Amino acid sequence: MSSLHLAILLPFIAAIVIPFIYPLTKRLHTGWITMLIPTALFMYFVFRLEDTANGGYIVEEMAWVPSLDINFDAYLDGLGLLFALLITGIGALVVLYSIFYLDKTKEQLANFYVYLLMFMGAMLGIVLSDNLIVLYIFWEITSLSSALLISYWFTNKGSIFGARKSMLVTVFGGFAMMAGFILLYMETGTFSIQALIDQRDLIMASPYFIPAMILVLLGAFTKSAQFPFHFWLPDAMEAPTPVSAYLHSATMVKAGIYLVARMTPVFAGASEWFWIIVVTGLITLVWGSVSAVRQKDLKGILAFSTISQLGLLMVLLGLGSAAFTGETIDENLVYSAAIMTAVIHLFNHATFKGSLFMAVGIIDHETGTRNLQKLGGLMAIMPVTFTISLVGLASMAGIPPFNGFISKEMFFTELLQISSMNVSGVETWGVVILAVAWIASVFTFLYCAILFFKTFFGPFEKKNFSKEVHEAPLGMLISPIILGGLVIVLGLFPNLLVPTVIEPAVASILPHLPAEELTINLSLWHGLNTELLMSLGVIGFGTTLYMTYPKWKNLAIMQQDRDPFNSVYDKGLDGLSTSSEWITNVQMTGRLKDYFTYMLLFIVSLLTYSFIRSDSFTLSFTQTEEAPLFLYGIVFLTILSTIALLFMKERIPLIITIGVVGFLMALLFAVFSAQDLAMTQLLIETVTVVLLLLAFRHLPEMVQETGSRLRKSLHIALSASVGLLVFLIGTASFALRNDANFTPISEYFIENSYSLAGGENMVNVILVDFRGLDTILEVLVLAIVALAILMMVKLRFKGGEDV
Amino acid sequence: MKYSRSHDVMQRVLITITIYFLVAFSFYLFFAGHNNPGGGFIGGLMTASAFILIYLIFDRRVANRIIRFSFPGILATGLFVSLFVGLIGPVFGDEMFTQYFDYFDLPFFGEVELTTAVPFDFGIYLVVVGMAMAATVTIAEDESKWKS
Repeated sequence: MSSLHLAILLPFIAAIVIPFIYPLTKRLHTGWITMLIPTALFMYFVFRLEDTANGGYIVEEMAWVPSLDINFDAYLDGLGLLFALLITGIGALVVLYSIFYLDKTKEQLANFYVYLLMFMGAMLGIVLSDNLIVLYIFWEITSLSSALLISYWFTNKGSIFGARKSMLVTVFGGFAMMAGFILLYMETGTFSIQALIDQRDLIMASPYFIPAMILVLLGAFTKSAQFPFHFWLPDAMEAPTPVSAYLHSATMVKAGIYLVARMTPVFAGASEWFWIIVVTGLITLVWGSVSAVRQKDLKGILAFSTISQLGLLMVLLGLGSAAFTGETIDENLVYSAAIMTAVIHLFNHATFKGSLFMAVGIIDHETGTRNLQKLGGLMAIMPVTFTISLVGLASMAGIPPFNGFISKEMFFTELLQISSMNVSGVETWGVVILAVAWIASVFTFLYCAILFFKTFFGPFEKKNFSKEVHEAPLGMLISPIILGGLVIVLGLFPNLLVPTVIEPAVASILPHLPAEELTINLSLWHGLNTELLMSLGVIGFGTTLYMTYPKWKNLAIMQQDRDPFNSVYDKGLDGLSTSSEWITNVQMTGRLKDYFTYMLLFIVSLLTYSFIRSDSFTLSFTQTEEAPLFLYGIVFLTILSTIALLFMKERIPLIITIGVVGFLMALLFAVFSAQDLAMTQLLIETVTVVLLLLAFRHLPEMVQETGSRLRKSLHIALSASVGLLVFLIGTASFALRNDANFTPISEYFIENSYSLAGGENMVNVILVDFRGLDTILEVLVLAIVALAILMMVKLRFKGGEDV
Repeated sequence: MKYSRSHDVMQRVLITITIYFLVAFSFYLFFAGHNNPGGGFIGGLMTASAFILIYLIFDRRVANRIIRFSFPGILATGLFVSLFVGLIGPVFGDEMFTQYFDYFDLPFFGEVELTTAVPFDFGIYLVVVGMAMAATVTIAEDESKWKS
């Protein structure tokens, strides 16, 4: 257990503790206690910066399920650290902001902070684990905790709708991603990302390459709200604003970006990777920015803006993957600039979008509305929020001297360079990509302008607001001011964080390039060149569009502020529920007999199939003459009592006869010197008979089976085939063991049970030492059964409940 | 469970003695498990059958007075104990559910084998007792009538 593991688990531990200390600290806002965690973790990660300098990394191993190659190995490199700093840093600011945003007297704060900490720990787990399965587990915890956070105001219908939507989409992607991971495992035999990178050539040559790549990308695209999976993000805006600022701009949606960056060394180099990511990113970029213009809700604009910016990051990562295709190192170093741009823009986006979400949250909190048609003239009333928004929006629109301008210029540089890249087909389509990206930038400028001018300028209509409008309290302003300050500082001194944070992150995305060569020198003024002219064009066209906005805002497409893809989702969900209802009606008849029929049919067909497939029908009577006579006696009695069961008309003799069968089985075990089994069987029989007798008076009268002749013969056939199959399995396994000379697995236990586990009773040693996990899971099943009985009996439906 | 035959003194005395033997035997089975037939599962079932005898012979109210713990609680405790023991492994950098054992020379007892398998098995024992008793008692206490 290293400090890195502790850092990942600390939020989870805190999440367990919070509900217990929450009642004790009614007078103090729980947020103050929660804030200690991300702050401490942020400090911790700042001190780890020197470990990752110049492409260095740390691995801390911890075995979890080594037999399945699932290990909780923590891996800290530049990329992981960049994300860890964002998660903890912005996390601390968000918690600080939420202290003033959420009223401690009205809200269920313990729930909120538990979910938030769970989410924080899961994000740290994603970015710091080297094992794909562990990454997947944390990935799904983020889906789960974000759904909990979105539905935090659960009395609100929209919150539940949004939470379910985000959960369905991201979990679907997560499943696909896991399938991709398993394909990779089948090819390479490892779940470790670093080991996968070492086996790059093997993966590239494998037939699983394309399916694995697409499945992993599905996970990344759904999480990062890429087209056409983007439609969940706007609905996720039902969450409290601190959550939106944290999950939907700075961290969770960036998990997809992280995954693509992390898997770049594994997959990049294939032109499929390049094209899928670039095209998806480009469509998302345009679609997001155009859709944002249509929005009437402040958070809606920001949601689509996030979608669009995530698309931009994807485009950059896709372009940067060309750094794996160049023939020489120098050529690759040129292409690597796209990766640098992506990393820088990732950081910049987290700063300006975080501050913007918080500013919008302040507006919502202080005016009671987020509707653009009601807002206006807030500049004089909320000067601080105004300034924060100005800085954030200018940065997002790409106006100097803010950090967004720098990364946008670099983006243009990459686009201009694209046709020289060493990827098939790029010569023909390079210009299209450039044009589409430029148009998207114009729309980005446009929605920034709309958000800015509609909110802060124009007349202030007092009747539009349900409460007295005033500037937010100081505490609520601190966090956005810090983030906005970063936007300005990083714009004026762009190289401030480059050597410590950005360069190591780039180096870990591009491990095949020499780390010391991956240097970046950013500057606010980079001469009068094409990029600057493109920026001027964006501003010019954007302004024109804004000026003419009243003329085209009544177009049909502008009126539709819900995304058209929502209808696909709605129809799909409806279809899913009607079809599952239909299947349930067919299958769940409420009659035990039918359930058994389905189950046995399935079992019989599955076993028959595997029998035929492995061709294992064998009958062997070679050893039957060795059996002593009394064995025949026991078997005969067992068969006799089983047949007798069929002719019992009363319930008591039935139970007793079943008991007889059980006790004869126990006798059989005892004969074969399996005392443990015999004793277990005896006790189980005793307890079962007692249970049956206890439940006796609840059982209905025994009735003669009715039903058509066809149904009866079906049941007979099914029972006979079950019996036959069990018989065949028994004889086949017996014959195969004797004829094929398989070494029984018991040899291993006979040899090792004393030396490895220090016990002489092999059965028990297997149960507790060699197969402890099996045992606990079996016992868990028992526990679930007991609880189910409790539930069924104590909480029985009385009729009329709403189920 | 209904109070059956209150006047049958012989039966009650005999069964009371039997219960003591059953419980003692179940403890023996539990601890013998590592080297001889027995173990948490069987031990738990044996204890459960002793408890069931108590419920069968005495009135439910009397039995509830003698056995004062909640069986679902025992079940949960057992699960926690086993899981906790299983999680010792990862803390020391071994696999999950690694069991440790060693031989110690204790005064008075002589050489004794101490192993983490015993607390693990104890968890199993508790779950089995809790499960069997929770199911039995719940079904037995159910007063309602089912219409067939």
